Amino acid sequence: MEIFDRYQQGESVIHQLDPRVKVVVTLLFIVSTVLLPDGAWRAFLAAWVLVLGGAALARLPLGLVVRRSFVALPFALAAVTVVFTLPGETVAVWDIGSRQVTVSDAGLVRFGSIVIRSWVSVQMAILLTATTTFPDLMHALRHLRVPGILIAIIGFMYRYLFVLVDEAGRLLRARAARSARPAGGGGGGAVLWRARVAGSMVGQLFLRSLERSERVYNAMAARGYRGQLLTMNPHVMERCDWLMGAGALGAIAVVQVIGWL
Amino acid sequence: MFFASAQLLHIPDGFLSLGVAAAAWGVALFALFLAVRRSQERFDERLIPMAGIMAAFIFAGQMINFPVAGGTSGHLIGAALAAVVLGPWLGILVMTAVIALQGLLFQDGGLVVMGANILVMGVVPALIAFGFYRAVANRGRSLRLATTAVAAWLSVMAAALVTAIFLGFSGTSSFRIVVPAMLGVHALIGLGEALITVSALSFIMRARPQLLEGSAEAGGRGWIVAGLGLSFLVVLLAPFASGLPDGLEWVAEENAFLGAAREAPFEVLPDYTVPLLGDSALSTIAAGLVGALLVAAVALATARLLRRERRWEPRD
Repeated sequence: MEIFDRYQQGESVIHQLDPRVKVVVTLLFIVSTVLLPDGAWRAFLAAWVLVLGGAALARLPLGLVVRRSFVALPFALAAVTVVFTLPGETVAVWDIGSRQVTVSDAGLVRFGSIVIRSWVSVQMAILLTATTTFPDLMHALRHLRVPGILIAIIGFMYRYLFVLVDEAGRLLRARAARSARPAGGGGGGAVLWRARVAGSMVGQLFLRSLERSERVYNAMAARGYRGQLLTMNPHVMERCDWLMGAGALGAIAVVQVIGWL
Repeated sequence: MFFASAQLLHIPDGFLSLGVAAAAWGVALFALFLAVRRSQERFDERLIPMAGIMAAFIFAGQMINFPVAGGTSGHLIGAALAAVVLGPWLGILVMTAVIALQGLLFQDGGLVVMGANILVMGVVPALIAFGFYRAVANRGRSLRLATTAVAAWLSVMAAALVTAIFLGFSGTSSFRIVVPAMLGVHALIGLGEALITVSALSFIMRARPQLLEGSAEAGGRGWIVAGLGLSFLVVLLAPFASGLPDGLEWVAEENAFLGAAREAPFEVLPDYTVPLLGDSALSTIAAGLVGALLVAAVALATARLLRRERRWEPRD
């Protein structure tokens, strides 16, 4: 299931950077981007260049970061209303039925800013995910004082995600094999019946997962598990980690200055 | 197929102001603190494998979809089911893990706004779903299923409303538009959630009825008050929130748009009469009617499901 493998193998500077530095820089970068004022186009551009620079340093395929970054775009629908409701100079007026819809310049600027902020932030998060293995990411979060128990749960979830998604895939295949679909989509039976079948599958998956979790726990207990997961990676901050981190923070500060000038 | 819907409840970074994101984190952290403590008391060292695998289950369960009409499909969001079968505290933990992984791995939901997402998809639905279920936990099977249907629908609606309110306060959208829009879209998504949650629950009730006894004991009677109270608040809040004076006006003032704005030559929206929705009293009444119809639809659908069930008893 390569869909879960968001990590891109590599030996670059960014890959070898301490994951703590990467997490902190990513979070500060997103906070900084959110703080930029509306319409600070030059600062948005600078922030984007920063992300692309990081991606280039990490030797990621050029299209990858941009291609994956459209995930959050459907949400832009939620912001589109500002175009019509924010007071400002009128740019266009449309007649819809008997009503008039007015597009204001301030609204357009705000909408564009929201979408770009989100788009750039998502790309930074993609850069983090693509250059850090998931266990390293979890380890970094633990060092950053995120409660160990939450980290352990998320780490465990990641480990069994593949197994349970396969299980769900088998259920789906079994259903597909047993219920003929009319050509042209739809599914046989009434919608309620279909919902009921899907619900039973979810219930079945729940029971199988629960039983699996009991087996896994017993196996772990048999091997000496006492509620703590151990790791072999010590994660020591080295000089170059501090330098890279400081450099990235400096760049973020420059973006802020550009934004507010 | 993976990220089919529920997309509108995963807020990405950039859509919430920093203040709203921080406030949401505050509430979410408090809830998480309680959830970790209570779950540890109940599960001890079994907690990590149990919660981890259950979180993976919710993630995988979201893949199981059913065709509705015109190429769209319904699927599980899972918060209500998790709260009912696992108990509210473990349910919150499990949903938090799901949200964290979706955000960290797939950028499905932001990092800085993750606190808001935890509230929307973890804490709020858990409160409502478990609160309702707890009130009828010792009653008959049909009543429990029907209540769960209503609770699952309401939990999605409440999640949508909270998302809309966050967006409104951040100045990302106007209350008067985003509240009815989010509630309208999620009235349908919630219907799918209600159907699939009830079917899953009824399957579990038949296959392993003893499992559900533990979950009901996981929360005290306080949950009933909290859950019912919150949903009452949702019902009250929806019409009120859509009439709120706009957060955008403050934002505009803050950013000196208003100072800079000259008198427009023609037709600028005169003080927030939003053209798309018209009179707010009218739209409130319409929303109320739609809501009532939908609740009736959920109840009817549940009744039909229950009737069918007799034909569907397992042959064991």
